[in-house]
This record gives sequence, structure tokens and C-alpha cells, in this order.
Amino acid sequence: MNDETVVSLENVEVHFESEGSILPFGGDSEVVQAVDGVSLDIPENDVVALVGESGCGKTTLGKTAIGTQRPTGGAVKYKGQDVWKANDGEGDVQIPFEEIRQSLQIIHQDPGASLNPNKTVQHSLEAPLKLRHGEMDTFERRERIHEMLSRVGMEPPEDYAKRFPHQLSGGEQQRVALIRALLMNPDLILADEAVSALDVSLRIDMMDLMLDLQDTFDTSFLFISHNLSNASYIAGKADGRIGIMYLGELVEIGPIDEVLNDPQHPYTKALMWATPNLNPKADDGGSSPLRKIDVPDPRNPPTGCKFHTRCPEAREACTGEMPDAMDLGSGHEVACYRADDGHDYWSSPELADEGDELTGTVDESTAD
Amino acid sequence: MTMQQTHTAAVDDPIFEVRDVSVSFDMDRGESRVLDRVDMDIERGEILGVVGESGSGKSMFASALLDAVVDPGVLTGDITFDPEDGPRIDLLDRDETDIKDIRWRQIAMVFQGAMSSFNPTMSIEAHFRETLSVHDYDVEAGMERARRLLSELYLEADQVLDSHPHELSGGMSQRALIALALVLEPEVLVMDEPTAALDLLMQRSIIELIREIADERDLTIVFITHDLPLVANLADRLAVLYAFEFVEVGPSDEVLTGAKHPYTRALLNATPNLDTPREEMRPIEGAAPDPVNVPEGCSYHPRCPVADDTCVREDPPLTDDGDDHAAACHHVDRVTEEVPLTLQEVTVDE
Repeated sequence: MNDETVVSLENVEVHFESEGSILPFGGDSEVVQAVDGVSLDIPENDVVALVGESGCGKTTLGKTAIGTQRPTGGAVKYKGQDVWKANDGEGDVQIPFEEIRQSLQIIHQDPGASLNPNKTVQHSLEAPLKLRHGEMDTFERRERIHEMLSRVGMEPPEDYAKRFPHQLSGGEQQRVALIRALLMNPDLILADEAVSALDVSLRIDMMDLMLDLQDTFDTSFLFISHNLSNASYIAGKADGRIGIMYLGELVEIGPIDEVLNDPQHPYTKALMWATPNLNPKADDGGSSPLRKIDVPDPRNPPTGCKFHTRCPEAREACTGEMPDAMDLGSGHEVACYRADDGHDYWSSPELADEGDELTGTVDESTAD
Repeated sequence: MTMQQTHTAAVDDPIFEVRDVSVSFDMDRGESRVLDRVDMDIERGEILGVVGESGSGKSMFASALLDAVVDPGVLTGDITFDPEDGPRIDLLDRDETDIKDIRWRQIAMVFQGAMSSFNPTMSIEAHFRETLSVHDYDVEAGMERARRLLSELYLEADQVLDSHPHELSGGMSQRALIALALVLEPEVLVMDEPTAALDLLMQRSIIELIREIADERDLTIVFITHDLPLVANLADRLAVLYAFEFVEVGPSDEVLTGAKHPYTRALLNATPNLDTPREEMRPIEGAAPDPVNVPEGCSYHPRCPVADDTCVREDPPLTDDGDDHAAACHHVDRVTEEVPLTLQEVTVDE
């Protein structure tokens, strides 16, 4: 293993049991495969953006990466130390679980809910300093907090430090949450839809700030978003990578520009089609490339390639087994048979449309 | 060339004429005006995209069109609604029973978060039946229409009608709500962030469906959102709100490629977009004003790179140069040079 890797996910699985009893359909408890067989290395000072629709498992994967969600299969390692073995005191523990957890931080979509409404900014920000820098006295802590507030543009810091969360705008709350995470000197910050709740015009500002601080603090970001434009901005500026998730699986990953300029997975292409564009000439105006609008029920995912029920390119071969990730070079990987010129896929018949009893959508082709 | 003040921005057959409309709230800190004397004409059959950031007054504009501003908000001004068949209606001059009948029958609305618009204890079918019977429509003929609408929105009509709201996914219930809004065959559909809580693919799919339905039925749509790119390629015209006033209105393509107001241009440059070079994107300096304390003169002047003394003193009216693209700025002629559009440069280069 590369010793520059901060977090390494090895064939991670997170399966949840869902009790179907309150709902009229289903019956017995069912298993939701929130994350299924995902491997991902996050090096130092890197930005990885994970993009996918809600329910694709991106948040679960993110939480697994920072050690707040225990995987049901596979391993999560922090600098080579198995996170959950450290937690259980199993084997030779090199890095204690406490230290791992402090090194892996999170900022949430809703900063208002993640800050204690009864504590001033000063009060909220003192906690991480007390944990990480026990040697600091009150005066030093205040200095440091003021310095950070100025750094993120909250001037005058003396004034902002005394405020309560409700006296801050959404953007300011998110900045405080970011400072709080950074004061823990983390190696990795999970930013879960961290700019999605902000006004469109404030998003660039917040992402620029994250990138600026990433440089200073040597932090990696795992940036989760359903919005390809935001992901492209932050990963692009940091020369990072983008991973596309669909129903618990990583279907494509690679350097951001490589993936966006030459998307290989039909799902990545669909996401790009769906991303609104400000350039009136760029709009193809075309109708949906998907065969079905709705995402299948994650409790009952399609067999084979999980995307085959919506995929415009699906053939019989796609219903059999889930395609393995193929390496296309320069770290660009895709899990689709179309990337393999010699695969049976190409001689396999196109998929006949089937009825869909559960999501209840009419296929576009038959509805027309 | 004479600068002429315009209300209309070249609208030939307005279904709505909004004149001097304000919404204000009395607050401890003073009067808060969340819509400030706006004029707007909406063309019959068009899709008008109303774009504004949070706290720009965009939802108030939606509520005003339906005369549905909630207490203690005070709505003043004139809104004339001119339905296809029937006399012109002075919306703000009607009593509550009249207004309730006009809403839904003639002007329907779809808001963000379908879940809270449905009654969780009623099936979707019961919602349709109740809506039809309350408004004295033929229920059976209406249910036929409902089934057709649902399948046009790629829903399995019978299955959805049998369901309760919690059994549908977010995208399905949002589409069911659009069908419910259209079942009384209204002339106008006002949509306030109808796709905000939905995923990209569902958003885009619903946008396509809205476009098709609008075409087919000659529906007038007012689509209100904070997400400029989302509506950019749907709307025929775009209207941009800043600090409770319209600062620009014009055909979508012209606003996107040749915005006249410095705020619109800054907003375009600040909006994450796949085609805009990342290094060229710039955030907008400063913050949006507090409704209790909107700057004198042009409300954008504290953030505007072009602003001078005139802008501090005088609030510019929304004017055009005789074309149908209007902006509220004293320095429209200087804006193109001083606030370059990053996306525009790229497309011109190509």
C-alpha cells in the first residue's frame, strides 16, 4: 500500500436490513445494499467528488470512509490501519480509533443543524482546539479563532465570534462548520452536499474557500454531491477525481476532465445530459436518454448491471452479471461491457422492454 | 435613440398585467418590503422563468400572482388577469370566494415538496376526485383526463391513483402533483421551485415533460427558481429579481448571452456550469441586502463595479432600447465591457 494514502476502502459493502412491516408492500425484512463492493483510495491532499442520485449510497460510502458507518463487508483503512480493528482492539493496533476519528471530519449539508443553537461561534470553535491543542490557554484559543474567522472572510472576527448560529447567514454557518472541522487538523474532510443548500452565486465562493484551506492545511476532501456542475468545479480546480455511483456501486471513476470529456458509462452520459447548461447553444434539447425515468427500488435491485433497466444501450448480456471495473489507463475505470471490445455484449441481442411492476413507470418507447 | 420606459417588454397579448405591485410586512425593525413596486407582463402561452436568489422576493411574486400572500403580508398594486374566454379580471379586487375559484380552475400552482401538498391520509385518487367535485367539474370525465395526464408524465395511472402519498417516491409525487394541478385545465401554471428537492435526472426529465405539456395545451407557465441553469433552456423569457425588484427581463437566449444588468452578468459568471472555464468563474462580491434596509438608489450599487454617484442617488427604471430586452441600470452601455461574460467569450472564440 502506498504510504501517502490517507483512507483506503477495500471492497466495502454496507447492507442495511429494512423491516417492511409498516409498508403495505414487502413483508419480511429485506436487505438494502447501500454500498456494494466499492474500492477507493484517497491520497493525501486530494479531492475526490462522488456524484449520483439520491439513494445511490454516496453518503453511506462517505460515512464509511470517515469511520462513522461500519461496513458489513470489506475493510476501511486509515494510513494502513484497519479502522474497525482499531475500534475493536483487534490485532496489533498502530493508530488508536480516537485518533482516527479525529483525523476524519465531516461537514453537512445543513450547517444550521450541525451547530449548537445555544452556543456562540467562539464557544463552538473552542471545543476542537481544547481537544487537539490542550496546551493553548483561553487567550491563545481566542486569537486562533479570530484568525480563522478573518481567514474565511468573516470580518470583524470579534463581532462574529460572539454571535449565535441564528445570527449568521447560511453561507456564514457553513464557514463556521468548515473552520470547526479544520481545527481538528484532519487528514480528510467529508463534505456531504456542503454547498447544495447555498444560493447558486455563493457556491463558488465556498468551494474556493475549501480549496484554499485545503492547500494550507494539507487536507483531502471527499466531496459528495448530486450536482455535476459543483463536483466538476471543485474537483477540476484541485485536479482531482470524480466517481459516479449508481445503486451502491461505483460505475465510473477517473480524473475529472478525462471523465467529463470522454464519459464511458451510459449513466455518466445520462447525468451529463441532465446537467443544466447556461450555454444556449450547448443544449441538445433532446428527450431523456433513459429508458425509465424512475430509479428502481433499492430493496429489489435489478440483476446483472443494475443500470440495465434504464440504460439506453442495454443488451441481453447486461442482465447476467455485474460487469467488473475495467482500467482504461491514467486511473480512468468504468464498469460497463461497452468498454470491452471483445465482450459477448456486442453480439448479444438488444434488450426487449419488460413490464415493471414495482416502480410502475411506462417505458418511454412504449408510451410514445 | 430615445430611451423609453416600458412596462411591457414587447408583450403582445398579455395574460397577466402586473402593475406597481408591492408586498410588505410590518416588522419590529421597520417595514420590510419583500416585493417593491414591480411591473411585469406575462405573454399568453409563454414560459416565463423568474430567477432570484433566496430573499430576492421570488416566492412573493408567485404568491402575488395567485393573490395568496399570507397574513400579515400586505399586497398592493394592480394585477389584471385576462383569461382566454371570459372578461378581464382585476385579481386584487375580488373577494376570497371568487379568488378561490379562480385559483386552480384558471391559475394553478405547484410548489416545492409535493409531500406537504398532499393529505397523507387520502389516496391520490381521492385528491383528484375531491378537487374535481369541489370545483363542480364532471368527475368521471375529469378522472379520464387525470389518467391521461398521469401517463403523459410516465406514471402508471391506476397504480398511482390507488396509492397513498407516502408510497410514491419524491419524483413520482411531484409528477402526480403536476397532474393534479392540470386536471382542471387551467390557463396558467405557476411553479415555485417545483423540482428543487429532486435529483438531476428527475429534474431534467420533469423539465422536458413540462415543456411538452406547455406546447400541447397552450399553457402559460411561470417557473420560479433560484437555479438559473435549470430554467435557462426551458423558458422563452427570463426575468431576474434582485432585492425585491426586477432588474432584467428579456428573451432567454439574449439574457444568457448578452445580459444587460451587471447583477445578471455577475450571476452568470458565478454559477457553476460545465461549459464555463473554472478559472474564469468569479463569486459575486458582497451580500444581498436586508429587506428592512435596502440601499437607496439602485439597490445593487454597493456590489456593482460600474456604480457611480448617479446609481447612489437614483433608482434606475426597467427600460429597453425599443427591443424586447429590458434592464434596470443607468450604465447599460458600459456594462458589456466592464463586466465581461466568461461563457460568452468562450462561445465566441469557438
